[in-house]
Order: sequence, then structure tokens, then C-alpha cells
Amino acid sequence: MHARADADTAPESSTLWPDEIFATLQRFNVRQVPYVPDAGHSKLIQRVLASPTMRGIPLTTEEEGVALLAGAWTGGQRGVLLMQSSGVGNCINMLSLIPILRFPFLTLVTMRGEWGEFNPWQVPMGSTTQGVFELSGVKVLRASNAAEVPAVLEAAAAQAYNALTPTAVLLSQRLIGAKVFTK
Amino acid sequence: MSKANLLDRRRVVSALLANRKDVVAIGGLGASTNDITAAGDHARNFYLWGGMGGAAMIGLGLALAQPKVPVLVITGDGEMLMGMGSLATIGLQKPSNLSIVVLDNEVYGETGGQTSHTSAAADLVGVARACGIKDSQSISTMAEVEAFAKAVHDVSAGPRFANVKIDSANVERILPSRDGTYIVNRIRGDLGFQPI
Repeated sequence: MHARADADTAPESSTLWPDEIFATLQRFNVRQVPYVPDAGHSKLIQRVLASPTMRGIPLTTEEEGVALLAGAWTGGQRGVLLMQSSGVGNCINMLSLIPILRFPFLTLVTMRGEWGEFNPWQVPMGSTTQGVFELSGVKVLRASNAAEVPAVLEAAAAQAYNALTPTAVLLSQRLIGAKVFTK
Repeated sequence: MSKANLLDRRRVVSALLANRKDVVAIGGLGASTNDITAAGDHARNFYLWGGMGGAAMIGLGLALAQPKVPVLVITGDGEMLMGMGSLATIGLQKPSNLSIVVLDNEVYGETGGQTSHTSAAADLVGVARACGIKDSQSISTMAEVEAFAKAVHDVSAGPRFANVKIDSANVERILPSRDGTYIVNRIRGDLGFQPI
């Protein structure tokens, strides 16, 4: 069993940010939401799966989501890929589709291995997540606390969908709360 | 090298696309994308020159976005093996307008003919069926290919999957455009979408 340590923000804003992300995605007419689950994304995934306009699509590995978004755009729909930092490494070769096919790419990444991490196995990929994106031509924006989330999401969605600027939003472990393992 | 009783890849793909109407065809990295080109360039052809393992997922995204348009993924055994998890993802979503054909020559033909997993052990039809794609079949005759080509147009009865055992002989390379942005925007234009 595990619990989540409280994020260092006010209780109301720390629990509202997934709803704010959902509202932004809705406003940008996002239709396909591929994901590999992460506890930090669980509330957003629930909102997506309950939405009549968005389709939540569970993946077996994150790279599937990159290819899916290419197909979705070819068919006229926008999407967003939800994953955690460890999944970013799984995507690397498939990220080459983004500059080649030039489709709008937005991904929201819940971070592990950077703020009070308990599990050492999360640290290597968490430490290279931003670098991997930047080397692959994906711009990185970061939200470190709940108050930042709406503006960061708005900017990320705007540049991804309006300017075809591939963008990753890193939702910091400080925002989400470090995972706490209890016996 | 040719073996007896195996189908010719170009004849298979020509038959799949002979009466294509509004089908969007996605060719997986490797010889499959050349086979689609050999059957005739088309505004609804999606040629892949990279992103190995991604063909079926591109097909899924397109099929979900355009549920009335038949989407046909034509790929090789090596490319499908690399994206085998996507069969589970597709089996869960069950897009009724998506069809997948694997041209299975049991080798990585582009890289020197090294044997692939389907030559001795892996059964992609079994995998597809076990992942929830009920209409999954192994094809060994041109009559079956032609029947499958007709079924592709039924956008209410998929997803469907077929593994076609083909001759591993290398055929003449007929190369499509390598400009991915052109390829995508040409399909989008044909579907009625404007540039951003």
C-alpha cells in the first residue's frame, strides 16, 4: 500500500489542478487522450474517461501514443499523451515522427525521481526526461506548483495546437506529491 | 529465393487496393510501403519510412478520428512484431473501420533477410485474436485476399486482422515520396481539412 504526501500548496488548489487541465484540454477541442496510467494522472484520466467528447485510450507502451496522435491529426483530431517520466524514454525513436509529419504534439508528464523520491529506480529516467525531450526537438515547460498549472497548460496547448510547436509539460513531483510507501 | 505456394506480395497489395474507393492505406516501414506505391500513388496513401512499430497505431488514431472511412494498415511481420502491444490497444478500442494486413515473409527483408520470429514460433493471428480482434485470420490464397479486400469497406464490422504468408523474394523497389509533411497534408486535404 502507499499513500501520497501532501503537496506543499493549499489543499483546495492542490486538488483542483487536474480539473483545470481537463478544462483547458476541452477548450482546445482535444479528442484523443492516449495514456499509460500514473497515479499523478489518475484524476485527469477519470475525467477523460467520463467525458462525452474525449476518448481515453490506454496504451501498452508510451510510444504507441506518439504514433496514435500522428494518425489522429491526419484524420482531423487533436490529442494529448499522458505519461510519467519513465515512459519518455520509451518514446524516443517514435518522437522522430513529429518533425517529419509535422502534427501537433502535446504531452503531459508526471515527474518521478526529482523531489523526495523514495525509489532509486525512478531517478535515472527522471533525471534525463527534460534532456531527452530537448534533444528530440520537443519544447519543455514545467509546472512546479498548483498555481502555475493553468497558465502553463494554456501556453503549452496554444503553442502545440496553434503553432505546431511540439511541447511537453512536466508536472513536477513537488506538485504531485512524492509517493510514500508504507508497510 | 522462392518457395512454392506462397503469395506474391505485389499481387496481394494490388488486389487489396484494386477497388479502394475512399480507403486510407497506411504502409508500414519496409517493403510494404513500396508495395502500396507499386499499386499506384494515391492521395490517401500514408507512406512510412521510419517509426518502426507505429503503423497500426497510426491506423488506430486515423480510424477513431474518421469512423466512416475504411482504414487499412498494410505492414510486414517485423514491423508488426515491434508494435505487437498495439494489437492489445486496438483490441480494447475495437475501431470497426480498421483493418490490418501483415505481409508475412518470415524475414527482415530490408536488412539482409534475417529470419523473423514468425518463421518458427510467433503466431500473429493468434496474438491478434487473443488481444480481442475476433476477426483474425491467416490467408494463403488470392481468393481470400479478394474477400478481405471487400470486407475492408464494411466500416461497421471491424476491427479485422489478416496475416498473409508471402514469398520472401525481393522485388523491384518502387519508392514513394519521403516527405512526411506532404504525405500527411495530402491525406488531410483529401479528407477536407484545411492547412493550419
